[in-house]
Order: sequence, then structure tokens, then C-alpha cells
Amino acid sequence: MVQGLSTTSHIKRTKRGRIAIKSGSKAERVIQWTILLFIVSTVMAFMFFDYTGLDIISAITETAYNIKVMFLEPSLSHFTWAEAFYQVGVTLGLAVLSTVLGAVIAFFLALLAATNLSKEWVSKSVRITVAFIRAVPTVLWVLIFAIAAGLGSEAAVLGMLFHSVAYLVKAFSEAIEEIDAGVLESLRATGSSWWHIVIHAVLPSTFTYLLSWTFLRFEINFSVAVAMGAAAGAGGIGFELFMASGFYFDLREVGFITYAILIIAIMLEVLSTRLKNRYL
Amino acid sequence: MNEKLMHRRKWNITVFLFIIIVVTYLSAAITNFDFIHGITAFPEAIGWIFSNLVITHGTIEKLPTILEKLNETIFMSIAATTTAAVVSLFLGIMGSRATKINSFLSVLARFVASTSRNIPVVAWALILLLSFGQNSITGYLALFVGTVGFLTRAFIESIDEASQSAVEALTATGATYAHIVNKAVIPQSLPQMISWILFMIETNIRSATLVGILTGTGIGYIFDLYYKTMNYNAVALVTFSVVISVIIIELISNYIRKVIL
Repeated sequence: MVQGLSTTSHIKRTKRGRIAIKSGSKAERVIQWTILLFIVSTVMAFMFFDYTGLDIISAITETAYNIKVMFLEPSLSHFTWAEAFYQVGVTLGLAVLSTVLGAVIAFFLALLAATNLSKEWVSKSVRITVAFIRAVPTVLWVLIFAIAAGLGSEAAVLGMLFHSVAYLVKAFSEAIEEIDAGVLESLRATGSSWWHIVIHAVLPSTFTYLLSWTFLRFEINFSVAVAMGAAAGAGGIGFELFMASGFYFDLREVGFITYAILIIAIMLEVLSTRLKNRYL
Repeated sequence: MNEKLMHRRKWNITVFLFIIIVVTYLSAAITNFDFIHGITAFPEAIGWIFSNLVITHGTIEKLPTILEKLNETIFMSIAATTTAAVVSLFLGIMGSRATKINSFLSVLARFVASTSRNIPVVAWALILLLSFGQNSITGYLALFVGTVGFLTRAFIESIDEASQSAVEALTATGATYAHIVNKAVIPQSLPQMISWILFMIETNIRSATLVGILTGTGIGYIFDLYYKTMNYNAVALVTFSVVISVIIIELISNYIRKVIL
């Protein structure tokens, strides 16, 4: 009897007979493997890198000098203040268009993608399409649309729209799926139509979530719009940044533009945290 | 809910919708965006994509070059994320309310995170390109800086969330700072942190393509090359290889996340 109750059998011990502090659960093993994988691939990465024309010491001192010039002596030389404002406006405009249109389209697609409102095969096919769209980087979409639809804001907006829709469908449909199943069931029991359920149950209970995701996407779209200007020639402040650094090598102007972008981005972030604190 | 409140809510929504419509209209005006052209261009563009972006036998020959560049991009994003994660861990511990050493360091950590996050990756890439030239290190550093900003913010939040009471309990037993961080803070927030790191690797592979176009490295460079020489079949192959690698990495990280969280 007493032997049967001995505690030794209930405590995991290491090979040397010590009490094992860590339990070897699956989660812990996966964490350890993941970290090991990170370390190995990082070391491998530094071996794979292409180091052509790199002189690390001069590059670092040069960067330090460049950053000093940029941030301490910003000025404009190739365009005026008014033009700078206009270009920032264009970038913000691209972000607004792709976010607003994206949110509207994404809402309807999210209704189709949410498992509690739609059929299983519809939901699956929307999700797979969206996952595919998300896997292609935005800049590739914009460049592909630029050949297909011609250069201009249409290509930029369509390309950014694709990605915004794909991102928001995922976020929205997850928010919709969290709606209390009882609410939907009781509405269905009263014989309400699908649209009725959407307008009176789905929209009111998820509205603030949808709004905060949309605003988050707007912040992302602003920096995406800057990037599209630089990499795909979509205009706006990003294009000016690209010209200032790649064409004129004008560090002071690069500094000015970077400040402009930084100020807008921080303003958006402050605005979004304010909105969140007030409405969520 | 009384009638007055209902009325006010309805009014609020109307004003809100009106503002959105005006802002959208203004944006369309300032960017010269034509809604009709946008809508008609869309089916045309899709048609063009299906008829031109096809992988042919000729392009398969280019696969080894593309895979080599893709490899460089993937490893660049992983290395940038993991090394940034190490820096962010320190900044996160300094910045978090639960584990901060003093308020000056905490504010400093938050400031560093905020500036490096809010200056877009593009700006970093262009700035670094001027002195580092066209090589992997430029792309790596551009991704690194942005990632530090993002991960520091995420880590601060996970540490704050996970460890307030644990830190208090350990402080009461008289544990040293190093003990608290090592035995309570890191183990508790590690799964969350790994999840963020995985998320950042996915994001960085997409940004690496963009950075590559700007700095002339990796898969972005090869895309740009085929794009400018109008070799659209090769463009399609590059796009597909990016899609497949992103999806594979997403599946792996979803699996890891499912097990550890």
C-alpha cells in the first residue's frame, strides 16, 4: 500500500535522477525547434548574401553622415512648399480611395466568407481566392495593372485595392464569425430574410470592429501609397522621394520628404489611437 | 434606447457617411482617378492577365535563376526579422511598463520604435542605397529597421499583457531583475513573441520584393528586369514563385501558431 503511493512515479526525472523542471509538452518542443530554425536560417542567410561592392566601414560612416545631413538640414530645392503639400495630398488620396472602396467591397465579400452566414463552398472559395491575392506583393499587383490598365492613378488604386480587399475580407469575416450564434438563430426563427439579418444584426454588432480594421488598413495604405510612388511611379510624395534620392542625390530634400511622411504617419497613428479609445 | 437617442445615432451615421463620400470625392479629384475608367479598366486588366501572364516552356529555363534570387529574398527576410527580434526584445523589456528600468530608457525605446516604424521601408531603402550600394546588406538593413519598430511595439504589448502579476509576485520574493526577466517575463510572453516574429517574416517577404525593386537585389530585381524587358511570361513565373513561397511560409507559421498559442 505505502509503496504504491510513493511519489517517485508521479514526478518526471531527468536521466541523472534530478527532478525535471520543464515538462516536455508539444508546445514547448515546437517553440524550441522554431527558435533553432530561426538561428540556423539566420546564419545561413549571412552566408548566402551577395556582398558585391560593400565596404562596411565607409558605408557606415557615410550613412551616419547622410542621416545627419538629412535630418538636421532638411530643405526643398526641386519643388515648392505648395507642391509638397499637393504631393502629400495625392498620396493620401490614393490611400483614401483604395481604403474606402476596399472596405465596401470587402464587407460584401466578408459576408460571403463568414461561415455563419454563407454556404461552406462559397466561403471556402472566397477564402482561397483572397489568400492567393494576399500572397502576391502589392507592388507586383500595381505593376501588373500598370501594363494592363495603363499608367496612372487607376492602376495604382486598383492594385492597392486588390490587397486592401484581401486583407479586410480576412479581418471582417473573422469579426462577423464572432457574432453570437443565438442572435442569428432567433432572427432566422422569426423568418427574417438574409439582408434583414445583415442590416439589423451583423452591421450594428460589428460596426466598430470594421471601422477600426478599416482605419488600420488606411494607415498601412498610406505607407503602401508612398512605396507605390517610389517603386511603380504612381506619383505622390513617394515618387518625389525616389527622384530626390535616385536622380538628384539631394540629401536635404530626401530629409524634408522623410519628415513630411513621418509627420503624416504619426498623425494618423495618434488619430487612430484616439478613435479607438473613444469608440471601442 | 429612447427615441431621441435613436434619432441622434441616425444623424451621426448620416454625417459620417457624408464625410466619407466627400473625402472620397476629393481624393478622386486630387489623384485624377476616374471611377468609370477604373471600373471599365478592371475586366480588361483581368483579361490581359489571363491571356499574357502565362508560364510557357521557354520560361521554365529561367527557373534556376529565379529560385536563386527567391532564396536570397526569403533568407534576407528571415535574417532581418530574427536579428531585429533580438534588438526588439531588449527595447521591449526596456519599454514595457512591467519591466522598465527607468522612465528615460522607456521613453527612448518607444521613441526609437515609433520613428523607425513610421518612416516607410521605401525611405529606408533609398537612404541606405546611397551609401551601401546595390547588395543584399542594403535590403537587409532596410527591412531590419522597419521590423525593429514594429516588433518593439508588439513585444511591449505582449510583455505588458502577460507579466504584470508575475513580476509583482517575483519582486515580493526578492528575486533579482535578471531572474524576473529570465524566469517569468520571457517564458510567459515567448509564444506571443514567436507568433509576432512569424507574422513579420511573412510581411517582410512581401516587403523584400518591393525593397528588391528599389535596391536591385533578390526577387524584386529579377521581376523588375523581366518587367522592363517586357518578358511577361517570365514575370508570371516570378509572381507564381513568390505566391507559392509566401503560401508555404504562411502554412508553416499557421501550424506553429496553432500548436504554441
